[in-house]
Amino acid sequence: MSDPTPASTALAPSPPAAPAVDVLAVQEEPTVFDVQGLSVHYGAFRAVRDVDLQIRRHEITAFIGPSGCGKSTVLRCFNRMNDLIEGARVEGRLRYHGVDLYDPAVQPVEVRRRIGMVFQKPNPFPKSIYDNVAYGPRITGQKGNLDDVVERSLRAAALWDEVKDRLKRSALSLSGGQQQRLCIARAIATDPEVLLMDEPCSALDPIATARIEDLMREIKERYTIIIVTHNMQQAARVSDRTAFFTTEASPHSDTRTGVLVEYDLTDRVFSNPRDERTESYVTGRFG
Amino acid sequence: MALVDPPVREPLDLTRARLSTRRRLADRAATAVISLACVVALVPLVAVVGYVVTRGSGIMSWEFLTSDIPRQYRVEGGGMYPAIVGTLLITGLAALMAIPLGVLGAVYLNELSRQNRTARAIRFLADVMTGVPSIVMGLFVYTIWVLRFERQSAFAGALALACLMLPIVIRSTEEMLRLVPDELRQGSVALGSHQWRTITSVVLPTALPGIISGAMLAIARAAGETAPLVFTVGLVYAPSWSVSDSSTALSAQIFRNASQPFAGAQDRAFGAALTLIVLVFAFTALSRLVASRLAVES
Repeated sequence: MSDPTPASTALAPSPPAAPAVDVLAVQEEPTVFDVQGLSVHYGAFRAVRDVDLQIRRHEITAFIGPSGCGKSTVLRCFNRMNDLIEGARVEGRLRYHGVDLYDPAVQPVEVRRRIGMVFQKPNPFPKSIYDNVAYGPRITGQKGNLDDVVERSLRAAALWDEVKDRLKRSALSLSGGQQQRLCIARAIATDPEVLLMDEPCSALDPIATARIEDLMREIKERYTIIIVTHNMQQAARVSDRTAFFTTEASPHSDTRTGVLVEYDLTDRVFSNPRDERTESYVTGRFG
Repeated sequence: MALVDPPVREPLDLTRARLSTRRRLADRAATAVISLACVVALVPLVAVVGYVVTRGSGIMSWEFLTSDIPRQYRVEGGGMYPAIVGTLLITGLAALMAIPLGVLGAVYLNELSRQNRTARAIRFLADVMTGVPSIVMGLFVYTIWVLRFERQSAFAGALALACLMLPIVIRSTEEMLRLVPDELRQGSVALGSHQWRTITSVVLPTALPGIISGAMLAIARAAGETAPLVFTVGLVYAPSWSVSDSSTALSAQIFRNASQPFAGAQDRAFGAALTLIVLVFAFTALSRLVASRLAVES
């Protein structure tokens, strides 16, 4: 069932599939991101506090939780997109292959070339389909014929067959689902190691959503994927691990701060959660 | 708890006849008033263009467009070639100064300043400058440039027109940049793009049609300006392409010739007016064409 509406009927995830073997296999993957005590402030407002988690290579990690729980905020720390927001401040440690991403010597531009991002709303540039995909390689200084890169990226994003005859047409002529796959192709074209996806299907219909999910499963062989989603079935369908965030009242003010409640293999989070807040969320009792 | 369906009134009538007399009268009256206002608004527009075309077409000829201006107003015939040269030169020079500067200023305001105090001050000054009468700009340039170098020149006129165009270009470009969705900037930055690359490759191309429209508005406004030119550019009767020498312009020639009592001069004034209108129109059409060519085919 691919209905993306909120999870009023979300009971358990789809049938738990052969967990034991998978668990062993995925646990051997090396760590890509090591997050310790991460807190993010916007001015005086603390959006999320004390997040600890490890992201493993070639896995799909899902961030779920109610609105305002800070899951997008945490996602945007991984490629330093929070730098664009005035007054945003990040505390704690966020290591990428051992390198602290918030070390003053680190260039955000270099980080973002290795860690791609797909946004909630499809945001193709008002350029041709070809130029959209070629944008990343061009800014890194690749000159000349980019036909190969463009074709490879569009094939990887399962869009090539639909657009190969109209690469010079505007990207805005595509449907919403095609635009989002184009954005994935555009992110892949720079050959990143990690793909961050911020609710990539929330503006899409169920069929387009299913295609993006299939695509994610295909490309996880090569990429490490972190996806923020409001849709619990989606997290259950595609992810290997799930992090559940929620909000708690701040002790000193009437604002709410996001916290990471539980982070585990997706099957466990959905079928046998350790925390009762997780349980009531995944069974649809709140959120 | 069963709800009862509201009864359907028979016979079901959904036509105009169901409306009250008052509603129907109000509808008619509003339609009439709006149509009338539209016609009245068109009257001066059509009348001005029509009158200029009728009066100007009499003298209009290839000779008029290529001959020198007669030295004496009472002479019949003659041409406006030096004034055409002057308008193209002065306005072009002014555009060359004001448009790049204005676009860069708008980029600073909308993309780099993060809306700080300096940006607010610049925006306020640009707004004030838009309202400054053009003759004040002319007086300003006359004082700081013409009196200082004791020389009227095409460049001095261009300087005055550029002062006039600059705030228009800044404000219209800034409005266009503001319309560029933030998602596009984020998309570019997330691909590892530097801010300058994001601005030149994504933000400016996206806003380009609007920026061109704004620049055209400024050029059209400047091309028609008379007051700042009459005491900065001087007067010539033969064409001059030199920026440091005196010049003349179509607008200035309209003013000079139309204020003479001689029929020949008045004909030349209307000929110059027609030429100016056609010139501005042609330029606007050309820039629209360029803008549509630059936009991606969709």
